[in-house]
Amino acid sequence: MATQNTKTLARLMMAPSVLLLLIWMIVPLAMTLWFSFQNYNLLDPSNVSFTGLFNYQFFYTDPAFFQSIWNTLVIVGGVLLITVIGGIAIALLLDQPIFGQGIVRILIISPFFVMPPVAALVWKNMIMNPSYGVFADISRFFGLRPVDWFAQYPLFSIVVIVAWQWLPFATLILLTALQSLDGEQKEAAEMDGANFLNRFIYLVVPHLARSITVVILIQTIFLLGVYAEILVTTNGGPGYASTNLAFLIYRTALLGYDVGGASAGGIIAVVLANIVAFFLMRAVGKNLDR
Amino acid sequence: MARNVTTRHKITATVAAWIVALIIFFPILYTIITSIKTEPEAIAGFSLWPSGTFENYITVQTQRDYLKPFMNSVILSVGSTILALIIAIPSAWAMAFSPTKRTKDILMWMLSTKMMPAVAVLVPIYLLFRDFGLLDSRIGLTVMLTLINLPIVVWMLYTYFREIPGEILEASRMDGAGLWQEIVYVLTPMAVPGIASTLLLNIILAWNESFWTIRLSTTNAAPLTAFIASFSSPQGLFWAKLSAASTMAIAPILILGWFSQKQLVRGLTFGAVK
Repeated sequence: MATQNTKTLARLMMAPSVLLLLIWMIVPLAMTLWFSFQNYNLLDPSNVSFTGLFNYQFFYTDPAFFQSIWNTLVIVGGVLLITVIGGIAIALLLDQPIFGQGIVRILIISPFFVMPPVAALVWKNMIMNPSYGVFADISRFFGLRPVDWFAQYPLFSIVVIVAWQWLPFATLILLTALQSLDGEQKEAAEMDGANFLNRFIYLVVPHLARSITVVILIQTIFLLGVYAEILVTTNGGPGYASTNLAFLIYRTALLGYDVGGASAGGIIAVVLANIVAFFLMRAVGKNLDR
Repeated sequence: MARNVTTRHKITATVAAWIVALIIFFPILYTIITSIKTEPEAIAGFSLWPSGTFENYITVQTQRDYLKPFMNSVILSVGSTILALIIAIPSAWAMAFSPTKRTKDILMWMLSTKMMPAVAVLVPIYLLFRDFGLLDSRIGLTVMLTLINLPIVVWMLYTYFREIPGEILEASRMDGAGLWQEIVYVLTPMAVPGIASTLLLNIILAWNESFWTIRLSTTNAAPLTAFIASFSSPQGLFWAKLSAASTMAIAPILILGWFSQKQLVRGLTFGAVK
């Protein structure tokens, strides 16, 4: 029944969202690319000139640049590691018969709904504060010196906060996948004498592979752009110790008023994100077709 | 004997699960408890027994005008979600019911626009907003949030619509239903649950969006994300008030989230995990 008429109608129905997203993707990106070749400072907007690759060179030779790339990778990698391993463990636990499963699920999923500034401030003040935080209270209880988390381990502290926000997401998805595992298969494996470890390696992990890929893909999209958590806790410091690429670009743009430099950084961020996206989309595309 | 073992197993699992759940939930619980402590109590060391004052909630409203950012959050998240739905429903519909060879590519391309790091376009968006007078305006932020969440809305709707069986359409056409009747009597009732969960999830996502809302607003259009972030600057004795503001900022979305946790998995994995 796909007549010429319905085809035209279908195209018309799709047009608004496709056009909007096309504009949304092309216009700002083209502007960023253009600015990245300009010497353009917001404090001196009348003096804009073409500088070729100077901005890239500037960004590339800035020692903060490599540190920020490293920090970005540490945040993404660290959070993925904690949430995937922790998520599998908690999902396995919740897959057991337990009393009050509904309430347990609600408690565990909750951090996902907490907006990033709240999550970061609560952890910064109430949990990790070196004098009054809960961690400090625990340290003192055991007669240890409280740790000044954000001064001594700034990047690690941010990884902890972000991991707390994303652990529920990983858990929930992996639990959903676990629950779709065929009970008969599990029983059959048990009957055949497979112990827990064997069942885990040969039955559960292959079954979870697709969901783990999905968790990694979606989290990576969001984790590459971690911003509010850094803004309200360490503000990127001390020095550049907890500055990721997103935060470095923000600093260059709105604190340094350097439009050209920030745009060059933006283009670098796009390239990096595309490298990650390429591998992830391929992995997911393969998995989704199954 | 076997029964005994399973009961013991269940009790062990229950204890372990509750301990894990309480540890994960603890920061939220402690925020709620601290919000009904007095300021000296809040920094007096670990205590789960507050004196139960509601003064902080009143102070946050009287001194910081809490209601204003709250209303901004409601307007921005609901407004942008409805706008995104209006744009996305026809296209998801077309993709689900008249798919072409390129439908899948278009969907993947839409998803790929989410991969563009927000910060990469911070400069042009900031300058465009400045030049068009959209900085710190609700309209500007609503449009921004609509564009950010549009790909997810299209995807979610598409996965829901795709499950509406095509045979039903054919049957209704056989019975002589026109396009309009088809939409009103056959498709809409089947599409409503999917649209409702898309709505819910995107309100949550828009409510918590914390990059553009903080950067593109100052006072007038500032939603709760920017409001809470403004608490980060002054160090000192304000934890009870911060907790009260935080509790109010997360409570509505927490409750919405509890109701939508089943759809959450499906929605956020683009239908890949159900």
